[in-house]
Amino acid sequence: MATSKTVGTEPTRRDFLYIATATVGAVGAAAVAWPLINQMNPDASVLALSTTDVDLAPITEGQIVTVKWRGKPVFIFRRTKKEIEAARATPMGDLKDPQPDEARVKNGKDQWLVLIGICTHLGCVPLGHEGQYNGWFCPCHGSVYDTSGRIRQGPAPTNLEVPPYEFVSDTSIKIG
Amino acid sequence: MAGHSDFEPKNPVLKWIERRLPIFNFMHGSFVSYPVPRNLNYWWTFGAILSVMLVAQIITGIVLVMHYTPTSAEAFNSVEHIMRDVNFGWLLRYLHANGGSMFFLAVYIHIFRGLYYGSYKEPREILWILGVIIFVLMMATAFMGYVLPWGQMSFWAATVITNLFSAIPLVGKSVTLFLWGGYSVDQPTLQRFFALHYLLPFMIVGVVILHVWALHHVGQGNPMGIEVKSDRDTIPFTPYATVKDNFALVCFMILFAWFVFYIPNYMGHPDNYIPANPLQTPPHIVPEWYFLPFYAILRAIPNKLMGVLALFGSIGVLAFLPWLDTSKVRSARFRPLYKQFFWVLLVVCIGLGYLGSKPAEGAYVIVARILTAYYFFHFLVILPALGYFETPRLLPTSISEPMLPRKGSASVGIGARSPDRRG
Repeated sequence: MATSKTVGTEPTRRDFLYIATATVGAVGAAAVAWPLINQMNPDASVLALSTTDVDLAPITEGQIVTVKWRGKPVFIFRRTKKEIEAARATPMGDLKDPQPDEARVKNGKDQWLVLIGICTHLGCVPLGHEGQYNGWFCPCHGSVYDTSGRIRQGPAPTNLEVPPYEFVSDTSIKIG
Repeated sequence: MAGHSDFEPKNPVLKWIERRLPIFNFMHGSFVSYPVPRNLNYWWTFGAILSVMLVAQIITGIVLVMHYTPTSAEAFNSVEHIMRDVNFGWLLRYLHANGGSMFFLAVYIHIFRGLYYGSYKEPREILWILGVIIFVLMMATAFMGYVLPWGQMSFWAATVITNLFSAIPLVGKSVTLFLWGGYSVDQPTLQRFFALHYLLPFMIVGVVILHVWALHHVGQGNPMGIEVKSDRDTIPFTPYATVKDNFALVCFMILFAWFVFYIPNYMGHPDNYIPANPLQTPPHIVPEWYFLPFYAILRAIPNKLMGVLALFGSIGVLAFLPWLDTSKVRSARFRPLYKQFFWVLLVVCIGLGYLGSKPAEGAYVIVARILTAYYFFHFLVILPALGYFETPRLLPTSISEPMLPRKGSASVGIGARSPDRRG
C-alpha cells in the first residue's frame, strides 16, 4: 500500500483498515462455510440408529454369523476350542498389530468373538474360514486375519476392530 | 486470446450487438482466423474430440437425470427403468456410460501426445497444469458417476475409494465419516455423489475455458517443437484445422458407435447388475479400465499409507513435469534417447493397467512393484538426467523450412522435403 508519499515502511491507517476488513471478511466467510461443510457429517437420524441386539442362541460352534450394525457388517464368531487355542498360542512377535486374544473378547466369554467385518485396509468385507490362519481372508487386496481377527499378512495396517458391545444375558448381546 | 482478427459483421443486427459486445470478432479471432502451425498432425485433433465428448457427456447426463432416482432403495431400479421403459433410455445410458470410457481414451492419447512432443515445456507450463487439473476432476467425476447405478461394483468402488482417505494419519477416520455422512457408504453418500457428479462437469468446463485461453495465448505446440517464427509457419484455423478436427472426430465417433451399438457392456462388469449389498464384497473387485494403472500402483505397495501416497503421487508427478524434464528440446522427434524412454513408459503404463485387472497375488504383485518403481524412476530420475546426457538432433530453423520451397529458389524437388511433412 506504500505510495510515493509514504515515508519509510511505517504502516498507514489505510493499511490497518485493509487488514481489518479482510480479517472480518475471512471470519465471516468461515462462519458461513461451516454449516455448509458440517451438513455432510452423519446426521441425527444416522446417529440414532446406534445399537443392534443379537440373539446368540441359534449360533452353533464354529459358525460365523454376520449382522448389520450402523450399516456395516459385524461378525459374530462362536469359536471352537482349537480355534481359541490357535489364537492364544501365537507369539506376540508374529503380529503386525500385537494384541493378546484375551483383550479382544469379554472376560469369561472366550468362545464369542465379535468383530466389525470390515477390512482395515480399504473397507471390503473379508471372507470367513479362509486364509492361511483359518480366520478371514480379504478378497480385495489379500489381507489375512487369524481366528482372533488379527492381521497376519497383507496390506491392512491393523486388526479387525472390536465394536463396543455387552452381554445382556448369557445368550444375547447389544452392539453399540 | 490472440486476436488476429479484424472481422466486422455486415448484418445490421450483428453490427449493433458487436458495438456493444465484440463477441463475433472474438469468436472469429479464436476459431476462424486463429493461426495454427501448418505441420499439426492427427494427434493434435484430440483437443477438439475431447471438447465434443465433454459436451456430449453433459447433454446425455442431463437427460438421464430426468429419469434417475438418487436413493439407495430406488437407484438400481431407476437405472433398469431407464434401460427398459424410458424412450431411447437404453441409448442414452449406453452413450453416457461408454462416453466416459471414450472420454478417457481420448484424454490418455492427448496426454501421451503432450509427453511425446514436450507440450508441457516453457511457455506452456500453466496450460499443462490446467490439463492435469482437468484430468483429476475427470477422475473424480467418473468415479462418482460409476457409484450412481448402485450395483455391487458401484457400492464397493465407493467403499474402497473413500477408504483411501482413512490412510491419512490422525484425521483419516473423521474424514471418511464426513465423506460418507454415516458409518458406511449409504444413502447420504449416494445422494451427495449424485450432487457432485452433476456439479463437477461444469467445473471441468470452467477449467477447459482456462486451458483453451492459455493455449490461444501461447499458441499451439507442433510436432517439431519449435516456435512459430513467421506467417509462413501458420495457416488459419478455419478451414484447415476445423476440417482436420472434424474428420478425426467422425472417425472417433465410429469407434464410439461401435461400442454403444455392438458391445455396450464390454467395459462394464457383470457384478454391477447385482444390486448393492453392504454385507458381501464381490470376490474380485476391479475399477473401470481407465483407473487400472493407478489401482495397480496402489496395490503394489504393501503399506496402506504409502500405497495411497504412491497412487496420488503417480498423478501429482505429472504437474511437475515442466521442471522435471531438463531438456531444452521439446519434440521427441529430435531426442533419440527420450523417444525410446517414451515408448518404454507407454508399455509400462499399459502393463500396470493389465496388472491392475489381475488379482493381487504371486508374480502379479512382484511385476507390479517393478513397474511402479520404473514409473517413478522415469519421471524423477530419467527425465531430469536425460537433459544433461542426451545429444539432440539438429533442429530445423523454422516450421516452414523443411515444408515449403524457399523464397528465391527457382524449384525444389520432392526429395528436398522432409518425410515428416504433414498438412
